[in-house]
Amino acid sequence: MSRLREFLRGDATATRIVPPSGFTASLTIASAAAMAFLAVFAIALQLATGELASRWESELSGTATVRIPAVGDGDEARAEAVMTALGQTPGVVSARRIGAEEQTVLLAPWFGEGVPLEKLKLPILIDVTETAEGPELTGLTQRLAAEAPGAVYDNHSRWRVPLAEAASRLRQIGGIALFLIAAVTVVTITLAATAALSANGQVIDVLRIVGARDGWIAAAFTRRFTLRAFWGALGGTAAAMIGVALIPGGVETGVLSGLGFDGLEWFLPLLVPFVAAGLAFVATWVAAARRLREDG
Amino acid sequence: MIELENVAMEFGGRALFEDVSLSLADGSFHFLTGPSGAGKTTLLKLCSLELRASTGRVKLLSQDVTEMDRDRIAGLRRRIGIVHQDSRFVDHLSVGENIMLPLSVAGRSTKAAGDLDELLGWVGLKGVEDRRPPELSGGERQRVALARAIILSPEIVLADEPTGNVDWEMSLKLLDLLIELNRLGKTILCATHDMNLIRHAKSRASTRVLRIRDSAVSLAGAGL
Repeated sequence: MSRLREFLRGDATATRIVPPSGFTASLTIASAAAMAFLAVFAIALQLATGELASRWESELSGTATVRIPAVGDGDEARAEAVMTALGQTPGVVSARRIGAEEQTVLLAPWFGEGVPLEKLKLPILIDVTETAEGPELTGLTQRLAAEAPGAVYDNHSRWRVPLAEAASRLRQIGGIALFLIAAVTVVTITLAATAALSANGQVIDVLRIVGARDGWIAAAFTRRFTLRAFWGALGGTAAAMIGVALIPGGVETGVLSGLGFDGLEWFLPLLVPFVAAGLAFVATWVAAARRLREDG
Repeated sequence: MIELENVAMEFGGRALFEDVSLSLADGSFHFLTGPSGAGKTTLLKLCSLELRASTGRVKLLSQDVTEMDRDRIAGLRRRIGIVHQDSRFVDHLSVGENIMLPLSVAGRSTKAAGDLDELLGWVGLKGVEDRRPPELSGGERQRVALARAIILSPEIVLADEPTGNVDWEMSLKLLDLLIELNRLGKTILCATHDMNLIRHAKSRASTRVLRIRDSAVSLAGAGL
């Protein structure tokens, strides 16, 4: 900790050894700001897709639908038999038959309002709430087949699995984006540091003449670039956080509606400048050490 | 103090000098002379640890530097003051900061403003500490370089053509400073091709002359 404090404070002259301006300074600050800006949005995307996946999962899991094809005579009796069977099945919390009015509402988007549903042979639907473990599916399916031939027990897995996969892919893309942002930051700062070391060959020669160790020279450059990356990233992070805060909320559907931070999540992007500074520290130190070794 | 044993130096397959052996005692004052391209600067760079010998052994301040690692070389260089013909500085730092740079590098306090004043007074440059090196004349730059070279009170001062870019009057001032340092016990090795300067020095102090010729170094005779 004391070494970190010493590194950050540095010697007043040592801090000024690396010229304070020039294109490498602008490049480092601007790229750190841009990358931090993108990183904050990538983090927001990560959080949003995570929340979306959880929401889809919680909305669709723990529920199932039994669909009994309407054949005419005996439909009611078969529905009663299925309700009885469900009531006796371990893993089923409750079963509720979906009434005609509710079915009308569900079908309205496809058939429009005022369709005489009584004239259609609509299947009988039963909404089932499961325990966390759920019922034993093989046994339940066999029993339903015996009580009501053609009845289907649908636990929504064919919806849930692709949605979960889509959310997982989005999270992976967010992760890859963060990785690429970090990689581009490292490459840019390495290039800037290498260019700065080349442009300051005379400074390095002078430092060597007066007895500076490679570690001292590398630390002088590393301190400059670490602080530049930190301040640049802080600016980019602040701009991105303002941008995220200004995204309109209130729409409950879609990915973008969840893009943002809640509560303690607002502290997460504040890590970005520190990560950028850490990456700049490592990139500059490695570039400086390599360059000084090559110079001999 | 400075010892070279059978030192050879090659550049691109060409031998600049071969089998050079010399020993400079503590507190001595030597000039190093010879025609251009003979290897005066190279020999000084061997002594200032800026170059390593192709073969042979170099000892400085009783330490064999032949296989010395880079950190220890940097440490040893703090005990050697170096003045180049084209003195290089950190141009965006002030003259004062440039002179105190060896203190920063050595981790010593740079707060001793009084010492800086005294040093600038000694080299005849009082009042220039806040100026930038590019604003100085050739002679002023050489004196600032000398002040920087001695701020850590080194045991050896190496000067490579320190009067190469200055007029005769300034050359004499710089020579006076080197003689004064020698009287304070510093070992001086000064490369120059200026025979008048050497003659003037010999009339004022006990100095010896090393001559590089035909890839060899020899002690010049009294007839110089």
